[in-house]
Amino acid sequence: MSTTTSAQSKPETPPTDERLASSHGMASILRRPEVGALVAAIAIFLFFALTTEAFTRASGASTWILTSSTVGIMAVAVSLLMIGGEFDLSAGAMWGTTGLTTGILMTEYELNVWLAILASLVLAIIIGVLNGLLVMRTGLPSFIVTLGTFFVLQGLNLGVTKILINQVSVTGLQDAPGYVQGQQLFGSFVKLDLGGSTLTIYAVTFWWVAVTAVATWVLLRTRAGNWIFAVGGAQTSARQVGVPVFRTKIGLFVTTSLAGWLVGMLGLFKTTTVQSVTGVGQEFIFIICAVVGGCLLTGGYGSAVGAALGALIFGMVGQGIVYEGWDSDWLFAILGVMLLGAVLVNNFVKSRAEAVR
Amino acid sequence: MSSKGTADTPSEADHGSPGPPPAGEAVIEVRDIGKSYGSVIALRDVTTSVRAGQVTCVLGDNGAGKSTFIKILAGAHQHTSGEFLVDGEPQRMSSPRDALSMGIATVYQDLAVVSLMPVWRNFFLGSEVTKGVGPLRRLDTAAMKSITKSEMQAMGIDLRDVDQPIGTLSGGERQCVAIARAVYFGARVLILDEPTAALGVRQSGVVLKYIAKARDRGLGVVFITHNPHHAFPVGDRFMLLRRGRSMGDFAKDEVSQDELVNMMAGGSELAEISSELSSDMGPASPVAKQMEADVQHK
Repeated sequence: MSTTTSAQSKPETPPTDERLASSHGMASILRRPEVGALVAAIAIFLFFALTTEAFTRASGASTWILTSSTVGIMAVAVSLLMIGGEFDLSAGAMWGTTGLTTGILMTEYELNVWLAILASLVLAIIIGVLNGLLVMRTGLPSFIVTLGTFFVLQGLNLGVTKILINQVSVTGLQDAPGYVQGQQLFGSFVKLDLGGSTLTIYAVTFWWVAVTAVATWVLLRTRAGNWIFAVGGAQTSARQVGVPVFRTKIGLFVTTSLAGWLVGMLGLFKTTTVQSVTGVGQEFIFIICAVVGGCLLTGGYGSAVGAALGALIFGMVGQGIVYEGWDSDWLFAILGVMLLGAVLVNNFVKSRAEAVR
Repeated sequence: MSSKGTADTPSEADHGSPGPPPAGEAVIEVRDIGKSYGSVIALRDVTTSVRAGQVTCVLGDNGAGKSTFIKILAGAHQHTSGEFLVDGEPQRMSSPRDALSMGIATVYQDLAVVSLMPVWRNFFLGSEVTKGVGPLRRLDTAAMKSITKSEMQAMGIDLRDVDQPIGTLSGGERQCVAIARAVYFGARVLILDEPTAALGVRQSGVVLKYIAKARDRGLGVVFITHNPHHAFPVGDRFMLLRRGRSMGDFAKDEVSQDELVNMMAGGSELAEISSELSSDMGPASPVAKQMEADVQHK
């Protein structure tokens, strides 16, 4: 109201505004959603680095970097979906579904490696579109719809696999024709010798960095990103100004499925094996990482970098506990506390962002 | 895709794509238009016109059919009877996008803003300015920020920071962003759904000023309100709705403000309320006396 009044008394103001100084610089950095996760990640790193010896040793670090990367790819995709106002609980099972599909096609049917990869890619897109269509057409909460898809996939992963190959896991992929080609893209690694200890960076980590970079670019610098924030923040308003809500949401569900496919391929070609239960139980981990990274559960706010940092925290805590010699059962308790803490911080940040400055 | 010419060439956008038609020419005409949902008739036999450089006020109490009427104009609903002409051509629009492409923009009561997003992102939402091609096609954030700032200044609102979430603006300012947005994107007809309903006296005055400003720029404005005191000062044409029916369509010189107020409230109903009040509160109570005076005054 005060702005309106002042504008009338002096309609012509210079383009540079003296009132900007107070709210720029440091304040605009602190306004970013991923700040909390960054601070937490640094604190957790320092804690484990100072209290254990193995944590920062190159071979030790390789382990938590690997975990963070795998979870991170999914967390980044899930964060986009959450900013768009939806959940995908089938994301974890998708990881197994795609791995099993490609694995079975290659070992049992000796299909060409690229065709096998393409087949699971198509399957992932179909499941993503189905998830999206079900949510958008029925108007049901995505939480329920994808919970359904999750159970269907979990059941199919076991049932179909047993019917086709009479066991619950695919093994011996390294003997399948064309394995090496797929392995180069998804399963290779770089070894760096650092003072007697070897740092192993797997392909998954490069994919993670790339996925995070692309997701951030899309979110902040493209029309699609603008639409993702809008459909999550106020779907009706977005539709009214001409945002293609339907297309945006379907795209987000497909993106999450594609991330599941990517992680499925990365896991399959790195380990040469995949279990029927691969990925099951991970779906909430992705959501926790996204929330720790600054995503609001109600949508419309969050960050891909934040989700990547959330995954980094998850990887560091999981491995740090082991190096501390603590019982790894504590991981879940710690995750729960972090989730609650993050939700409180996010709500505080949100109300700050909406308050009149 | 939605990237019409205006989105990619911002410098030309405020002239509007086809340019506003000469003042006084009818852009939208509706003849005996109606809408029914199954057996429920929400609106029937409504006739009026929207002319360039004029304000058409749609007046009606709650439930009079105002929302149904604007939803037809905005392309959100299709009419089930009557004729809907845009530039003299019969039209049947299937989505708000169709209406937008004909230059009919709607500013809804909830303003169609996303409160957590910055002002400039809201301003360009759905019609973002981009630069670059192919995978490098990206938002031109600098251009969008400066256009937002200057367009808001043209409307008389000086924003500190276009990066602040739009939720931090006051109601009148948000209304202004929505109007400025519609005008910038080449609207020829601006439909305002109860823009003054949630505002105080001062802010309402500010919004009325923007309505007049939009009219002076050659736009046809449809101003929906239940307040004849807001409608009369800016309106050129008044269409009254009551219980889904049109009570008449008047030019400004055919009707006085008092007549409008009376038709709005419905003379007989007003008398009824007046007698009810005096029996409830006693004929000497100030409220009942005022009501009595109003009834006699007409």
